Amino acid sequence: MIELMNQLNFAFPYIIRAMALLSVVALGALFSERSGVVNIALEGIMIMGAFAGAWTMIIVMNNFAIPRQWNAFIGLSVGAVTGLIFSLFHAFAAIHMKSNQIISATALNFFAPAFAIFTARAVTGDRALNVRLDYSIRNIPILSDIPILGPWFFTNAYLSTFIAVFIFIVAYIVLYKTPFGLRLRSCGENPHAADSLGVNIYKIRYAGVMISGALAGLGGVMFVLSFSTRFDGAVAGFGFLSLAVLISGQWKPIRLILIAFLFALFRVVSEIPDELIGIRNLNLPQEIWRMLPFIATLVILAITSKGSAAPRAVGEPFDAGKR
Amino acid sequence: MKNLWKNTLTLIAKRSNSIQVLSSLLAIVFGLLFGLIVMLIVNPADAFPGFFTILTGPFQAGMRSFGNMFYRATPIIFTGLSVAFAFRTGLFNIGATGQFTIGAFIAVYIGVHWGFLGPFHWAVAIFFALVGGGLWGALPGLLKAFRNVHEVVSSIMLNYVAMYLMILLVRRTVFFGDHARSLAIQDSAELPKWFLGSIFPGSSINIGIFIAILFVAVIHIVLNKTTFGYELQSVGFNKDAAKYAGMNEKRNIVLSMLIAGAIAGAGGATFFLVGGRYLHVNAVLMPQGFTGIAVALLGLSAPIGVLLAGIFYGFLELGGLFLQGFDFTSEIIDIIIAVIIYFSALSLFLQKFVASYIKKVTETDIEISEGADIK
Repeated sequence: MIELMNQLNFAFPYIIRAMALLSVVALGALFSERSGVVNIALEGIMIMGAFAGAWTMIIVMNNFAIPRQWNAFIGLSVGAVTGLIFSLFHAFAAIHMKSNQIISATALNFFAPAFAIFTARAVTGDRALNVRLDYSIRNIPILSDIPILGPWFFTNAYLSTFIAVFIFIVAYIVLYKTPFGLRLRSCGENPHAADSLGVNIYKIRYAGVMISGALAGLGGVMFVLSFSTRFDGAVAGFGFLSLAVLISGQWKPIRLILIAFLFALFRVVSEIPDELIGIRNLNLPQEIWRMLPFIATLVILAITSKGSAAPRAVGEPFDAGKR
Repeated sequence: MKNLWKNTLTLIAKRSNSIQVLSSLLAIVFGLLFGLIVMLIVNPADAFPGFFTILTGPFQAGMRSFGNMFYRATPIIFTGLSVAFAFRTGLFNIGATGQFTIGAFIAVYIGVHWGFLGPFHWAVAIFFALVGGGLWGALPGLLKAFRNVHEVVSSIMLNYVAMYLMILLVRRTVFFGDHARSLAIQDSAELPKWFLGSIFPGSSINIGIFIAILFVAVIHIVLNKTTFGYELQSVGFNKDAAKYAGMNEKRNIVLSMLIAGAIAGAGGATFFLVGGRYLHVNAVLMPQGFTGIAVALLGLSAPIGVLLAGIFYGFLELGGLFLQGFDFTSEIIDIIIAVIIYFSALSLFLQKFVASYIKKVTETDIEISEGADIK
């Protein structure tokens, strides 16, 4: 029993940080898709955010003596702004130009890694950016001493995790308790009805994509902070995994969080299988655990798609003349 | 001079499809310009010579580079053809990457272990890669036809499943642990070069390019000259109308994806049935499937167009290789391609732009077609 507890204490922070990352990016995409714009550019936007954020943190670290967590905060903000700006290209094509949303998103996904590597190499001479510092928060006074919760949530934690919790609360309130949230959801379900009631579909959809861009950019920096110390133009498929979280979570915030936890668990098990009791005895190869989230998404889709919970107008350009 | 321009434009306006071709060319121009601008910002001194290197591509090192250009174009022609075929039948095959991966693994497995096949070795490897890619491609088709799952979403998931499956299987069956890659395939599994070896001495070119051209020809005929191809396209154009006309729309969706997957799978085989090329166990998606999307869009989803666009891609990629002489990395090529894809997404807008310009100069009206309807 004590051993199990120790194992959980060891694994939980890893699960939490993967879960925070997945749920922030998926929550962003939720805003985009609930407003009616498919956003499969998450991976690319994350890469751009990660690149800008990591670079900023390196510059700040080398030039100013400010506390680590402040630097992380600056990096996260820069990543969010970069993601927001980058996502505007998708928004412009999808909303104003009525383009195929999959194609413009594919372009963004293709652009980001090439741009990050190219620029990193041109500026630093290295194809990757080294973020050497460790940004984890070892201990938080008082909070870390709480039994169970202390070691799970407040030891080896990351600033970004707390930001993720904050974002989730705000997102939930905005989506379900504000006029904006209602308008956003109506744009994704029946844009013509919303339009007839005076909602500006274009504005709302731009807002949806921009929120998604900002959160994906933020997620990119979260990835750099908590998963890698060397950013080489990739975020290990977390963008697409977040898309899987969104779909498996049926475009609903609470379900999305539960799915994010499940997927994060698979991910952590795939990385540190020997540390987890019970699962170790299953003796499955790492790749199987890595595959599971994607297979789970396929199965959930196959079961639920007949009566799909997807926003009804998602992926369709809005054409006021087409009722 | 002005008259000549006007007459040319009038001539262009009369040809069907010409607006689409022009908008594709315009997308290429925008992509190249963007690349030039990025290079100017990063390194003004080397920008123009570097850009010139991209534009001249394989011309810098004679026939050997031309051979390499065709070698690099081959897998892209396959994946591009796969995506284009799916486009024409109303499906978006973003899963070409996964099908390519499955085909690649099957080909390498057979290439390593089935030496008893002798002279048929490489052909059998391609055949089974084609079957494997086809079955993998059929999965999203089945999910779409019977469970109403959008093929883009299921294909993205299957790309990752294919990648991890490939890593797992390589580790279990054909692993060369010292170098963390697959074992070398046997000589009999390598695609022969035939006379190409003497035309393009020293290059990696092999008969893969002929197989690609053969596929292009077959798909061209199937799409444009057969009832079967007509049915597949009808289902893509309007599923309900096709059903009303007595076509089996579910079967056709599955078949479309099966064929698209088979083409991509064969592409994976041709790329890896080459000496000195190995499967690595990194968790990175193979890029050929995504490049295929760009090539399919540039080629206007027509098989012949894909062939030309694929060779154009090989041309650019070779130019990118020669860039190493300057202070740029070859990723600039991917940046250019990404911008080209982006402008292809805006093709409707570009077509309107081109049409209104031609109308202004020649005073003739032109119809704009939206092309295959992909949802």
